[in-house]
Amino acid sequence: MTAEQGAKRAAKAALVQVKALHKRYVQRRALSRRKFVVDALKNVDLALQPECLTALVGSSGSGKTTLANCLAMLEKPDAGEIWFEELEISRRPDHELACLRPKIQMVFQDSAGALNPFLTAAQIVGEPLEVQGREHGRKLRQRACELMEEVGLSADWADRSPLDFSGGQRQRLAIARAIALQPRLLILDESLSGLDLVTQAQVLNLLADIRVTHSLTYLLISHDLTLVGQVADHIAVMHQGSIVEHGTRQQVFGSPQQACTRELLVAAQVLESTFRTAQPRMRT
Amino acid sequence: MNYLGRRLAHGILLLIGASVLCFLFADLAPGSFFDEIKLNPQISPKTVAALRSYYGLDQPTPVRYGRWVKSVFKGEWGYSFAYNSPVSSLLMVRARNTLLLTGVAALLVWLIAVPLGVWIADHPGGWSDRLCMGSTSVLLSVPELVLALGFLCLAVRTHVLPVGGMASVAFDQLGRWSKIRDLVAHLIIPVNTLVLAALPILLRHVRASMTEVLRAPFIQAARGHGVGRTRLLFRYALPAAANPLISLFGFSVGGLLSGSLLVEVVTGWPGLGPLLLEATMSRDLYVVVGVMMSSTVFLILGNFLADVMLAAADPRVRMQ
Amino acid sequence: MKSDPFGSSFDEVTGLLRVCGLSVTYAWRGRSPVMALRQLDLEIATGEIVGILGESGCGKSTLALSILGLLPADARADGTILFRNEQLLGLPQKQLRRIRGAKISLIHQDPGLALSPVMRVGDQIAEIIVAHRSLGRKARKQEVESILCEVQLTDTARIYAAYPHQLSGGELHRVAIAQALACRPDLIIADEPTRSLDMTVQAEILGVLRNLNEAFGTALLFITHNPALLAGFADRVVVMYAGRAVENADGLRVFGRPLHPYTKGLLNLVPRSTHVDYSAVGGRLPTIPGGPPDSNNLNRGCAFEPRCSQRTGICRTENPEELTPEPGHRVSCFNHDS
Repeated sequence: MTAEQGAKRAAKAALVQVKALHKRYVQRRALSRRKFVVDALKNVDLALQPECLTALVGSSGSGKTTLANCLAMLEKPDAGEIWFEELEISRRPDHELACLRPKIQMVFQDSAGALNPFLTAAQIVGEPLEVQGREHGRKLRQRACELMEEVGLSADWADRSPLDFSGGQRQRLAIARAIALQPRLLILDESLSGLDLVTQAQVLNLLADIRVTHSLTYLLISHDLTLVGQVADHIAVMHQGSIVEHGTRQQVFGSPQQACTRELLVAAQVLESTFRTAQPRMRT
Repeated sequence: MNYLGRRLAHGILLLIGASVLCFLFADLAPGSFFDEIKLNPQISPKTVAALRSYYGLDQPTPVRYGRWVKSVFKGEWGYSFAYNSPVSSLLMVRARNTLLLTGVAALLVWLIAVPLGVWIADHPGGWSDRLCMGSTSVLLSVPELVLALGFLCLAVRTHVLPVGGMASVAFDQLGRWSKIRDLVAHLIIPVNTLVLAALPILLRHVRASMTEVLRAPFIQAARGHGVGRTRLLFRYALPAAANPLISLFGFSVGGLLSGSLLVEVVTGWPGLGPLLLEATMSRDLYVVVGVMMSSTVFLILGNFLADVMLAAADPRVRMQ
Repeated sequence: MKSDPFGSSFDEVTGLLRVCGLSVTYAWRGRSPVMALRQLDLEIATGEIVGILGESGCGKSTLALSILGLLPADARADGTILFRNEQLLGLPQKQLRRIRGAKISLIHQDPGLALSPVMRVGDQIAEIIVAHRSLGRKARKQEVESILCEVQLTDTARIYAAYPHQLSGGELHRVAIAQALACRPDLIIADEPTRSLDMTVQAEILGVLRNLNEAFGTALLFITHNPALLAGFADRVVVMYAGRAVENADGLRVFGRPLHPYTKGLLNLVPRSTHVDYSAVGGRLPTIPGGPPDSNNLNRGCAFEPRCSQRTGICRTENPEELTPEPGHRVSCFNHDS
C-alpha cells in the first residue's frame, strides 16, 4: 500500500495526524561562508492509530528523530500541521503547550545521557509529577516507587543513582518516568538499539504489558526491521525525509512496494536466512 | 557575515568604545597638566590660560575627543605636554622595550609550562605531581612585587646581576656581543619575576587539561594499537588538550603590553609601565590615553588571535 | 569448515591462541573485588573465526582486554594466555607493545570514541604503521590508501583527510577495521563491531570481515550478543555467562543442537522469519527471565541457575564442570541435553 492510501485509511480515527510536515536545517561553518542545507522532513504524512504500536523504520539520516522531536513538541516544523486529539499542536506558543506535554512523552536512545546522574531513581521518576504539580512529598515518593515496581524495578533501588543501573534497567526507569503523567502517546526513539537481545525482548514485553493498563499508543522508531517485525501493528518506512511506505505489518513485509523497503528487508533477511539454514561457510 | 568578519567588526566596535571610555575617564580625573605650573607664582594666570587654549584644553570634551581621533589617524596619537612631542614616538620606544621584556617572558613561560605539564600529567600521583601542586600553590600566593624586590635584594647582595634598568651606563661604548650580554643580564631579573608569576597558573592548566584527555577512550585505544608513550602524549593527547590552552595563549598575547607594569616600575625597566605612571601623576592626558589604548589594541588582537587559532586548530569548532 | 572429528585437543601446529584457566578480578576501591572471568578456556586456530556470545556483563570485553594486556593496573589476572607459545600474561609492557596492533589487534565497540577527534582519520591509521613498521611517509600514505580500499572505503582521498565527526557510523566502523588491519595481524579481536549500526550497514561490515579472513587468513575473535551475526559466519562459538564459558562447539552444532539451556534461550530470541506472529501468546516475546547476575553476589552453584528452566537441586550448590558429551562440543551444565 502506498503512503497516500495508507494515510487516507488511517486518517479516520487517528490519535495523531501529521500533514505535509516540512523541516529544514541550515548548518554554517565557522570560518567560511558556505552553508549546508538539510531537508530533514519533506512533506511527511502520517497517522497513528490509538492503542496501536506504529513502527517508524529507516536508515540513519532519514529524518526519524526529527519527526519524533516535532511530534513531542521539542522542535517546531517549518510548514505543515500536526493534529493530536483534534488539536493542532505545531503552531502553538510554548505556554499553551505546557498542558499538552503530559500527553505526549518520549523515551530516548541514550538512557545514561537522558537521566540526571545527580538525582536518585525515585527523584527521576517523580520529577514530572512534581513539575506538573500533581504530587508532593511522601505521596510523590510513594507514587514513584509504585511506578518503579510497575516497570519491573525493585523499590529498594529507589535511592540509587541511575548510573548504578544496567542499560536495560535504565530504559525501564526512563519508561517509568515517561508514563508517570499518564500520557496517551509514547514515542521511543531508538530506545532499544543499545541493548542486548534478552533485554530488548524484556523491555518489549514490558511495553506490551503496560500498553493495556495505561491505554498507550506507541511510536517505535528503529532501524532494526527484525525487531520491529515482531511487535508492530503498523509500519511506516522513511527514506530521505519522506514516508515512502505505510501499512500494516503483513502488508509491508508481504508486499513491499518501495526499493528502500525491500533493501531493509533483504538486509534483515540476510542475517536471518543464514541463521535459519546455518550453512557452513564455503572456504576457497 | 562570516565568522572572522563578525569577530573583526566586533573588535573595531570595542576599540571605539574603549577609546571613548579611556578618554572620558582620563578627562574626568580632577586637575590638569598645568596645575603644577599654576602653583608657580612667577607664571601669571594669563600665561597659563594662554597655554591651556594653545593646547586646546579649554575646549569641550567631545571636541577634544574629535581632535584626538583626527590625530590618531594622522599617526600622532595626541601630544605629550611633558615631553613636548607626539605621543606616538614616545609610545613606540617604550612599547618596544615592554614587548621585549614580556615577549621573552611569555616565550619562556610557555616553553617551560607545556613540556613540564605534559610530563607531570603522565605521572599522576607521583612525586612530580605533588611537588608541582605544592610549589605552584606557594608561587601563586607570593605577590609579584615581593618576587621582584626579592630578586633585586639578591642582586644587590651578590653583585652578580645589574640591579634594575635596561642598559649599563657605558652601554653605547660596548661591542656588539657585549651589548647583547648586557641586555640579557638586565633582562634576567624582570623576566624571572614575570615567569614565576605566570608559570603556576599555566602549568596547572596544562596539567589539568592533559590529565582529562589522557582519560579519554581514544588514548586507551591508541595504546591498544601499540603506539609508543611519547607519541601518545605529544601526537594524540596534546592536540586534543590544546583547546583551553589556545584560548590562554590568545589572552597571554593580549596581556603582553599591559601585564608587566608593576615589574617594570620596580625594576626600573623603561617600558610603558613607568611611562603610564609618570603621565598619570603629571596629568599628561594624551599619554595616558595613548598607553591605555595601545594595551586595549593588543588585548583585542590577542582575543581575535585566540578565536582564529581555535577555529583553525579544532575541527569541531569549525563546524559550528 | 574446519573439521574437528577427533575432539578438542589443541593442535600445536595450527594453534594460534590458547587461553587456559583465565581468571580476572577487578579491585574496586571501597567495594569487594569482582571476578569478571572465571577459569576460562578458549582456543583459536590460525585463520579460524571464533565467536564469543553473551550478554553484557558476562566478561566478553574483559577477555579482549586481558589478551592484549590492557587491563587497569588494579586488576589481577591469573592463568595462561599463550600466543604462539608465548605467555602473554605478565609480559612487560615493552614486549606487549610489539604484539599490540602488529600481531593481535582490537576493534573497539564504539569507533567514534576510539578515534582522536582532532586528528585526521588517515593519519590515525598511519600512526599504527609508524608504531610497528618503518616505511617512508609516501609509502605509508600509499599503504593506508590500499588498506582503505580493502575495507571497501574506495573514496580514499576524502576518507584520509576526514575527521571522525565527518564520517558516518558505517564508515567509522570500517576505519576501525582498517586500523586493526594496518600491520596484517594474525588475530583480530572484534568487540561488538556492528553495534548501533543499521541493518544494511551491519551486513556490509560482516562481509568486509569475512573477506579479510578469506583473503589474508587473519583469525577473528568476534564478540557479540546477537547469535544471528554468528550464524554461517563463525567456525566455532563460545557462549559465555557470568565470566565462564558455558558452551563451546563449532558453529553448526551450537545453532543446530545447542546443549546448554542458556544457549537455547538465546537462540529462541532471534526470530526465524520476518513474518512471526506473537498474538497467540498475547504479543509477548520469548525471553530469558531475570537479568545478568550481580557479580558481587554469585552463589557457589551455577551462575545461571536462578534463570534456568531446567534447573535441579544440585545446580544451586555446585558449579558444573566442563564436560564433553560429544567430540568437539563442550558444555558446563548438569542438565544439558544430549
